[in-house]
Amino acid sequence: MIPDLGKYSDTVLSAYGATIVLLLALVLLSLWRGRRVRAEMQKLEERMRRNG
Amino acid sequence: MSLWEYANPKKFLTTSERVMPYVWAVSLTCLLVGVVWGFFFTPDDYKQGSTVKIIYLHVPAALMAINAWLMMLVASLIWLIRRHHVSALAARAAAPVGGVLTLIALVTGAIWGQPMWGTWWEWDPRLTSFLILFLFYLGYIALWEAIEDPDTAADLTSMLCLVGSVFALLSRYAVNFWNQGLHQGASVMRVGAITGSDTSEKVSNVFFYPLLTCIVGFVLLFVALVLYRTGTEIRARRIKALLARERIAS
Amino acid sequence: MNALLARDLKLALRAGGGFGLGLAFFLIVTVLVPLGVGPQSALLGTIAPGILWLGALLACLLSLDRLLALDWEDGTLDLLATAPLPLEAAVSIKALAHWITTGLPLVLAAPVLGILLNLPAPGYFWMVVSLALGTPALSVIGTFGAALTVGLKRGGLLLSLLVLPLYVPTLIFGAEVARRGAAGMDIATPALMLAGITAATIALLPFASAAVLRVNLR
Repeated sequence: MIPDLGKYSDTVLSAYGATIVLLLALVLLSLWRGRRVRAEMQKLEERMRRNG
Repeated sequence: MSLWEYANPKKFLTTSERVMPYVWAVSLTCLLVGVVWGFFFTPDDYKQGSTVKIIYLHVPAALMAINAWLMMLVASLIWLIRRHHVSALAARAAAPVGGVLTLIALVTGAIWGQPMWGTWWEWDPRLTSFLILFLFYLGYIALWEAIEDPDTAADLTSMLCLVGSVFALLSRYAVNFWNQGLHQGASVMRVGAITGSDTSEKVSNVFFYPLLTCIVGFVLLFVALVLYRTGTEIRARRIKALLARERIAS
Repeated sequence: MNALLARDLKLALRAGGGFGLGLAFFLIVTVLVPLGVGPQSALLGTIAPGILWLGALLACLLSLDRLLALDWEDGTLDLLATAPLPLEAAVSIKALAHWITTGLPLVLAAPVLGILLNLPAPGYFWMVVSLALGTPALSVIGTFGAALTVGLKRGGLLLSLLVLPLYVPTLIFGAEVARRGAAGMDIATPALMLAGITAATIALLPFASAAVLRVNLR
C-alpha cells in the first residue's frame, strides 16, 4: 500500500504526520470553540426572549 | 448589489453559512486528491529521493502563510477606513490560521532540510524571515487577546498590522542582505520557467499538477477556516453585547 | 516643545532610572557574555559587535514601558492630547527624550565596553557610528510599541513581544555595520540602509504612534 519511500521514509512520514497533527488541531479547536460560542449565544438569546 | 452588504454581520453569517459547506467540501477533496496523488503516484526525484513529496505540504503552507498576512492587512485597512466590524473580526480570525500555516512551513522545511542540507535549521534568509513572520503573528494574536474593549483592540491591532507589514518586508530584505543562503529560489511559478526561457530549476509537470491541487486545497481550507472563525467571533461579540445589555437592564 | 523635552529629561534624571539603569544593564550584559561563552579573546573579539548591539537593544527595551506609562497614570497624556501642540510632535519629543536618556549614554559607553570584549581596533569608530545611527530608530519604534500597550495593566511582556520583531531590520543593519567595520570591510551599504531606516522611522512612525495613542485615550 505505502509506496517505497527508500531511505527517507522517516523524513517524509514525519513531515506528513506533523502537518496533519497541526492542521487537525487547528480545525478541531476552531470547531470546538465555534460550537461552544454558538450554543452559548442560543442559550442567552433564549433567556433574553423569556425575560423580555 | 454591493460588496459592502456583507459587512452586515447578519448578512455575513447567513451567506457564509450557505457557502461554507461547498468550500469545505471542495477544499477537503482537493487536499485529499492532491496529497494522495502526490504521495502515491509521483516518482521520486533523482536528487532528493522521496523527500520531494514534502513539497506538497511545504509550498502551499508557505504560500498561504504569507497570503494570510496579506489578507489581514487588507482587512485591517478596510476596518480603519470604513469601520466594518466584520472586517476587523475576519483579521482576528485569520491570524491563528496564518500562524499555524507558518509553523507548518517551518516544521516541514526543517524535516526536509535534515537529510538534504544535513541540518535541521540553517540561518538562511528564507527560513529566518519565516521565523520572523511567525513572531509577528504571535505579537498580533497576543495584542488581540490582551485588550478588553473590542473596538480599541481592533484599532490597535490594525495599526500593528500596518506597521508590522512594513517592517516584515524590511526584515525580508535585511535578512537577504545579511546572509545569502541555501534555500532554492521560488521555482514553482517563476515567469522564466513558464515562458520556457529558464528551464534550469523549474518544477517538472509530474510534480506540478498534484502540487497545484494541494495549493487550491490549502487556499480553500484557509477560506473555509476564516469564514467559520469569523462567524464564531461575530457570535462571541454578540454574546458580549447581550450580556452588557442584560447587566444594564437589571 | 522645549518645555516638554526639558520636563521629560528632568523627570528621568530625578527618578534616577533613565541614565543609570539602562547603562548598568548594558554593562551587566557585556560582563555576563564572557562568563557564558568562555574567556577566549579571539572568540569574544568576533562576536563583540553583535553582543554590544544586542545589549544596547535590550537596554533600550527595558526602559520602554516607563516611557508613557507614568504620564498615562497621572493624566499628563490627556493634557498633551488636548494641548495646542500636535500629539505627533509630543510623541516625537518623548522619543527624543528617551533617546537622550538611554540611547546616547549607550553610544558613549560602547567603546569602553568594547575593550572588555576585546573588540578589534578598527571596530571602535564604526561601533559608535552604527549605534549613533541606529539607536534613534530603536527609540522611535519603541515609542510606537509603548503607545500600543499603554492602556494595559500587564503591558511589559507584551511590549517586548511586539517591539522585538520590529527591531529586526535595525539590528541586522546596525550589527552588520559594526561587524564589517571591525573586520575592516566596506560598510557603505549597510550604513546607508541603517541611516535610511532611522530617517524613515523618525519621519513616519510618530504619526502611527500618535494615532494609536489617540485610540487609547478615547
